[in-house]
Amino acid sequence: MANVLVFIDNPGQALKKSSLELLTIARSLGETAVAVNGELSDDVAGTLGAYGAATVFRPSAADLDDYLVAPKAAFLAAVADKSGATIVLLENSPEGKEIAARLGIRLSAGVITDVVAVDADGTAHKSVLAGSYTTTAKATTPVTVLSVKANTVDPEPAAAPGAPETLTVDVPADATAAAARITSREQKVASGRPDLTDARIVVAGGRGLDGDFGPVEELADALGAAVGASRAATDAGWISHDAQVGQTGKTVSPQLYISAGISGAIQQKAGMQTAKVIVAVNKDAESPVFEIADFGIVGDLFQVLPQATEEIKKRKA
Amino acid sequence: MKIVVLVKHVPDAQFDRHLTGEGHTTDRDESILSELDEYALEAALQLAEARGGAKAGNKVIALSMGPAGAVNAIKKSLQIGATEGVHLTDGALAGSDAAATSLALAAAVRHLGADTPVDLVLTGMASTDGETSLVPAQLAERLGLPQVTFASSLEVDGGRVSARRDADTHSETVEASLPAVVSVTDQINEPRYPNFKGIIAAKRKSITTLSLADIGVDSSQVGHAGSWTRVTAAEERPPRTAGTIITDEGDAGIKLVDFLAAQKLL
Ligand SMILES: Cc1cc2nc3c(=O)[nH]c(=O)nc-3n(C[C@H](O)[C@H](O)[C@H](O)COP(=O)(O)OP(=O)(O)OC[C@H]3O[C@@H](n4cnc5c(N)ncnc54)[C@H](O)[C@@H]3O)c2cc1C
Ligand SMILES: Nc1ncnc2c1ncn2[C@@H]1O[C@H](COP(=O)(O)O)[C@@H](O)[C@H]1O
Repeated sequence: MANVLVFIDNPGQALKKSSLELLTIARSLGETAVAVNGELSDDVAGTLGAYGAATVFRPSAADLDDYLVAPKAAFLAAVADKSGATIVLLENSPEGKEIAARLGIRLSAGVITDVVAVDADGTAHKSVLAGSYTTTAKATTPVTVLSVKANTVDPEPAAAPGAPETLTVDVPADATAAAARITSREQKVASGRPDLTDARIVVAGGRGLDGDFGPVEELADALGAAVGASRAATDAGWISHDAQVGQTGKTVSPQLYISAGISGAIQQKAGMQTAKVIVAVNKDAESPVFEIADFGIVGDLFQVLPQATEEIKKRKA
Repeated sequence: MKIVVLVKHVPDAQFDRHLTGEGHTTDRDESILSELDEYALEAALQLAEARGGAKAGNKVIALSMGPAGAVNAIKKSLQIGATEGVHLTDGALAGSDAAATSLALAAAVRHLGADTPVDLVLTGMASTDGETSLVPAQLAERLGLPQVTFASSLEVDGGRVSARRDADTHSETVEASLPAVVSVTDQINEPRYPNFKGIIAAKRKSITTLSLADIGVDSSQVGHAGSWTRVTAAEERPPRTAGTIITDEGDAGIKLVDFLAAQKLL
């Protein structure tokens, strides 16, 4: 069995689902240690135990968040050395991948990103080229670093919860020497809708919305869905860039993706074609989006979406 | 300023893309300059122009690592406005993963900084084929330089670089001293196209070819041999097939809900 190290950055007051997933995967691979940066509440410590963590490593420094990526990788490398980890699991966020990248160099370890499943020997499964291939990849080095996508396993606590031991690990003195400093941070207002990357349902709008995201937002709210967008819509400023789905936006794999007024360019498809079910509403029957839609409606979204929203409200009432 | 822009030659996403050979590497037959690297090039050109351009001694060096065809990504960069091109090419580089790529590119950047130091290394946010975004961070780690990644705006002033980064829950301002490795997103600018003048001017610009020996890298450190990951299997996913397509006759919204109900998605 492997020694597995999970990195959890700033858990806050409760562990995110994606962190619970990492802990669940880690347990299936071997003995789990966790490295936590930021505050560690009693609740979170309890959950770590419930998910089978044997050891929790904490950094000796409290200012890792003041810097970009590099000192976190340095801390994690020190923990990996100390814990004897042979597999390190991180979140597949942009920052998670970058920490993985630098950790890989520090440990001379192979890094695999966008992982959706891990075998007992550390072999990773992922899809590449905008979802057109599924591949298996393996590190050839003693340590394997994997960033794992959210929504790949159901979180499950350990059969027997433990009380992990907490150890402090020194952050190397040179960790911040060549690191970029974060000089200000601006919190964004939360939309109140589910998070786009792990929503069960996404309703997305494109240029066809012509500046009015109302019909998309109302349908999303009736379905309890997240709102997504094409780059044409975010570039036009109709909706925040955070909502962009695609090659340079988010990659989503929801149970249901409803695409409205989006033509279905390759860069858009790159972010959504692994959705379980795709529904497309577009007034142009020739739109490429219909090539990948399970259910397509050739029609005006300003008619179809409000009608569907009304019907859903009626049926749910 | 002396800026190195990393440009990659990648298969054109408009065509079907394939993994080939024993190492399941991407087939590069129909390849282009990675679109996301055009944003890095544009950012470099704007920084150079703001300082008086090439006439004032500012250099924008387009560096690409890849097989013979990768020279096309460099030529395009020269047409767009880079002042010179560098092509790192060597048979032993084939099949390099991000770790091996960053090792070779780090050595090339050091080589280019041997006479006068490089102030800035600019890269795209991700290559449109590998899509890992690993190379910029690994390059920074290898060069011992600050990394400023996913910049959606960029300013350079008095030996310092500052950038804005956008995450889901917050945006942040990041600062570092030069030299630094900076990757930029597609939000940072609107890349220019090569114009006729640029295309003519590019013919007179020089492209230097570097081999592994030139940059002091041993062939065992790169390529399949030097990579720390292996793709052990690759399977083409069956393309999604179109399902039911209907034309709205006034009740498509209701039919949509019927479909969702039948799929148990309500
Ligand atoms: C480097 C690069 C990265 C990119 N990254 C992304 C990315 O991450 N995500 C992304 O989405 N794009 C991305 N793009 C852009 C992409 O190529 C397309 O330009 C974009 O997806 C088009 O958006 P759209 O479908 O909304 O607009 P369009 O292609 O203009 O399509 C609008 C559609 O709306 C339909 N329509 C209009 N009115 C109505 C109506 N009343 N009812 C129903 N349908 C209507 C039209 O028939 C049309 O099909 C990228 C491009 C580049 C070069
Ligand atoms: N072979 C290469 N030659 C030049 N630049 C590269 C190469 N590979 C990656 N890069 C740079 O690194 C960035 C991120 O690539 P990647 O880590 O592969 O997603 C790209 O946008 C390029 O700027």
